[in-house]
Amino acid sequence: MDAKTEKSNLIEGATGAWEMVIGLEVHAQVSSESKLFSGASTEFGGEPNSHVSLVDAAMPGMLPVINEGCIAQAIRTGLGLKAQINLTSVFDRKNYFYPDLPQGYQISQFKDPIVGEGEVIVDLLSGERVIVGIERLHLEQDAGKSLHDQHPQFSYVDLNRSGVALMEIVSRPDIRSSEQARAYVSKVRTILRYLGTCDGNMEEGSLRADVNVSVRRPGEELGTRCEIKNVNSIRFIGQAIEYEARRQIEILEDGGKIDQQTRLFDAKTGETRAMRSKEEAHDYRYFPDPDLLPLELSQEFVDGIAASLPELPDEKRARFIADYGLTPYDADVLVAERESVDYFEAVAKGRDAKQAANWVINELFGRLNKEGVNVVDSPVSADQLGSIVDLIKANTISGKIAKDVFDIAWTEGGDPAEIVEARGLKQVTDTGAIKKAVDDVIAANPEKVEQAKEKPAMVGWFVGQVMKATQGKASPQAVNELLKAKLGI
Amino acid sequence: MSPTKLTDLTIAEARDGLRAKSFSVQELAKAHLDAIETAAALNAYVLPTPERALEMAKASDARLGKGEGGALEGIPLGIKDLFCTKDVRTTACSHILGEFTPTYESTVSANLWAEGAVMLGKLNNDEFAMGSSNETSFFGPAINPWRREGSDAKLVPGGSSGGSSSAVAAHLCMGATATDTGGSIRQPAAITGTVGIKPTYGRCSRWGIVAFASSLDQAGPITRTVRDAAIMLKNMSSYDPKDTTSADVPVPDFEAAVGQGVKGLTIGIPKEYRVPGMAPEVEALWQQGIAWLKDAGAEIKEVSLPHTKYALPAYYIVAPAEASSNLARYDGVRYGLREPCADVTSMYENTREAGFGAEVKRRILIGTYVLSAGYYDAYYLKAQKVRTLIKQDFDQAFEGVDAILTPTTPGPAFAIGEKSGDPLDMYLNDIFTVTVNMAGLPGISVPAGSSSECTPLGLQLIGRAFDEETLFRAGQVIEDAAGPSAKPADWWSEAK
Amino acid sequence: MSVDRATVHRIASLARLAITEEEAEQLEKELSGIFDWVAQLDELDTSAVEPMTRVAAMTMRLRKDEVTDGFYADDIVKNAPKVDDHYFVVPKIIE
Ligand SMILES: [Mg+2]
Ligand SMILES: [Zn+2]
Repeated sequence: MDAKTEKSNLIEGATGAWEMVIGLEVHAQVSSESKLFSGASTEFGGEPNSHVSLVDAAMPGMLPVINEGCIAQAIRTGLGLKAQINLTSVFDRKNYFYPDLPQGYQISQFKDPIVGEGEVIVDLLSGERVIVGIERLHLEQDAGKSLHDQHPQFSYVDLNRSGVALMEIVSRPDIRSSEQARAYVSKVRTILRYLGTCDGNMEEGSLRADVNVSVRRPGEELGTRCEIKNVNSIRFIGQAIEYEARRQIEILEDGGKIDQQTRLFDAKTGETRAMRSKEEAHDYRYFPDPDLLPLELSQEFVDGIAASLPELPDEKRARFIADYGLTPYDADVLVAERESVDYFEAVAKGRDAKQAANWVINELFGRLNKEGVNVVDSPVSADQLGSIVDLIKANTISGKIAKDVFDIAWTEGGDPAEIVEARGLKQVTDTGAIKKAVDDVIAANPEKVEQAKEKPAMVGWFVGQVMKATQGKASPQAVNELLKAKLGI
Repeated sequence: MSPTKLTDLTIAEARDGLRAKSFSVQELAKAHLDAIETAAALNAYVLPTPERALEMAKASDARLGKGEGGALEGIPLGIKDLFCTKDVRTTACSHILGEFTPTYESTVSANLWAEGAVMLGKLNNDEFAMGSSNETSFFGPAINPWRREGSDAKLVPGGSSGGSSSAVAAHLCMGATATDTGGSIRQPAAITGTVGIKPTYGRCSRWGIVAFASSLDQAGPITRTVRDAAIMLKNMSSYDPKDTTSADVPVPDFEAAVGQGVKGLTIGIPKEYRVPGMAPEVEALWQQGIAWLKDAGAEIKEVSLPHTKYALPAYYIVAPAEASSNLARYDGVRYGLREPCADVTSMYENTREAGFGAEVKRRILIGTYVLSAGYYDAYYLKAQKVRTLIKQDFDQAFEGVDAILTPTTPGPAFAIGEKSGDPLDMYLNDIFTVTVNMAGLPGISVPAGSSSECTPLGLQLIGRAFDEETLFRAGQVIEDAAGPSAKPADWWSEAK
Repeated sequence: MSVDRATVHRIASLARLAITEEEAEQLEKELSGIFDWVAQLDELDTSAVEPMTRVAAMTMRLRKDEVTDGFYADDIVKNAPKVDDHYFVVPKIIE
């Protein structure tokens, strides 16, 4: 077994254990205003063929001119993937026929991509950490879109996406389970979103993956792989891998052999199937695009981009654990989305980060999840939540009241300090008033007092009663101390 | 001035005549339109545009009336059908483009219109510029206005810019746009007694010109005099941000170079161009050219371009490879011909089968083959390395000389059908011109004499990159020595 | 280097050209002749030669990331053989 073969990742077949070997080609749409080789808009949607220039439609005599912004984004991504940036790269033509490929070739990068080797650190829920090697990242054109359900005999072609810049991020076959694959894609997506180089919107197709799956007996040579094309959600990636691995194992265990194939994932059935179109040997006849010149970049250009890189999830996570004392789990939750971490850091700024993390993760994320709201649309802003944390810190309100204030801020809005003021939620710090309430509760419950002397945990019941009597405004800490003294426990 | 006289003017003369108001743009345009109308036998135009011509002429007259106007104000030109012209059918003389009517204008033709030129129509060419005789055109061959002495055999006007050379030689326009991938401006110019210059790669924008082989294609003019070529090229050239391979360099006033002579220049004579089987009359013409330049004060020096013989086979890898990819867009989906079929693959295969002619298919297949898996290194990569060697040959030669003189073609115009049996036989027409495309250099062909059959022959001058001026200087010396190019005897005009 | 019939058919299919058997026969001869002639390049040792990657001494110019084009769907589909609601229409594609 090699170092990556964890027992837990093996699949038990009828004739023994099998190991999956997975590599992913993630296609990430570059965040840019205009297309890779034309000035047409990249905006999603739009009337059919409206975001299309003469170049995108491959009209006779049209020529590509490269977009500097897309190049900068690819480099930014390469730097984020800790990858080698190639100062000279070449654009090639990948020749094949398809109605949504107007030129009859895709401009891509074959031998000399803009970004070389890098790596992605993937932390799994189990605490396991996998390092997935990046083989390369290259820039290429997206194709148009074919619609097959508009007419029984015809397909409809819209070129709005044709020519939009994609980054193809090719992993090494370092992935050994569907869980790892999902976590890897999530992590890549997170990095892209931190960098602002891809919006990661999988519903709109901004991020999709070709999944290469093969199986083998642990420690043996690589098996024949199948490529599942264009899987467009992280969940589907997991399903496709599980289905495909089991399909291959079944064939092998029955004494068959795997045909190297391009397959499609059917989200309705959760199955993969071979493409029905005539499967001819791929012969893309790559050659350098003679309409373009080699792309030569200066080190200064790259350095300028490097200087503007934000702090990335791995660094943030490490900092949160080391400086804020957060658990790795909490740190993972916070760094998973750029918007979440931005929110958290706004709350944590100048405050107790640990307490901020608790509030963001438990109260805010809990509520957002329950109501299906995205953090950017949170009814409670980071400022509001920060001021709730401040009110607790200043002993103005208790943690319990704070939750009420949060709820009011969520449903009705408003400045938490004003809510507390207006509704008289200020914590009772007047010990005289608390004393009176404690005395009243003790006096009214003589049997409970006896029980409490035997069972000190009973004090909690008294705390509850006192809090009830003070409408929760008493400082729980003060109540606790007084009760313990009075009850002699 | 009589209308026939108007068609005999050079661009430079017409320019002066229009400024002097000796005649109007509309008269000039009309004279040419009349000539075109009676010259159907030459098949030089695949689409005359008389209405547009008269409309443009009228606007041009108005500008001249106000004392305005550009450098080509009122000059009637023909446009090779490879140039996309807005709202005017553009087919590259291929059936596959059907009635394709661009919604855009090529940068080169737009530059000409911006300077006041008038479009007479679209000119014939070999299908997708693939050919040396104009015989591969979907619209049938254009015919050379020249005939062999004592023969009425129809001769080819060369190719691929055969409509351009035929029309200019027959005075059906004052000048024409053309394109040159392996010799397609210079070879037709040479065998029709006209001047043709392929400028340095990058001098003219390729935007809006139907692509044949992107790394070789370059636009240029065909005219009747060296001066006219200088005037036209100046106004075709520009830096174009829409073409990544267009050169961001100033365009010199080429006309100013004309007449500067060759005193102080060194002209190289490449020994490798003395190929076996070269017609003695071509060899004699070359010697004559050397003598003229020497008499005019140039120093003559032998140079060596050792990889010359490999240029043509390497060309027949690079050009078809690029073409096979450039022509993939003709698939029946977005424009042009479509053969109706039940499935997409059959639609592609049948559309392309019906839409492309034999020569285009042949080159698509050659190109597909040399790029296919396992052959790339042996063919395409090898050919690109050979290009480096060819370029190095020229770099070395140009250390000692300012321009290189060679014959343009191995022989004079041949008859229709004479060389269409064996593709290789046809390909050899480009043997002297193709090196220039492979190296991206400028080359001009100037009429220099006649064959034993009394048909025209040309000499080629090759220059350093972006040094077209030296070619105009030396070209003018040859033109002066050879005497003004005659107009072929008019056998084609139909009485109206 | 001769080209056999099967290869002619294979490349014709790659190039999406529906050639007839007669054409294939003719092409087999022609292409073989051309590749025999091209084989003279083998005389040259190019192992130490860099391929030409640009014709003129230029570097690739970059365009600013701005929307400067598009929004003319009428023009895009103007020459199309079959159109519906600004879509190009083609025979059904089977995946
Ligand atoms: Mg891929
Ligand atoms: Zn890709």
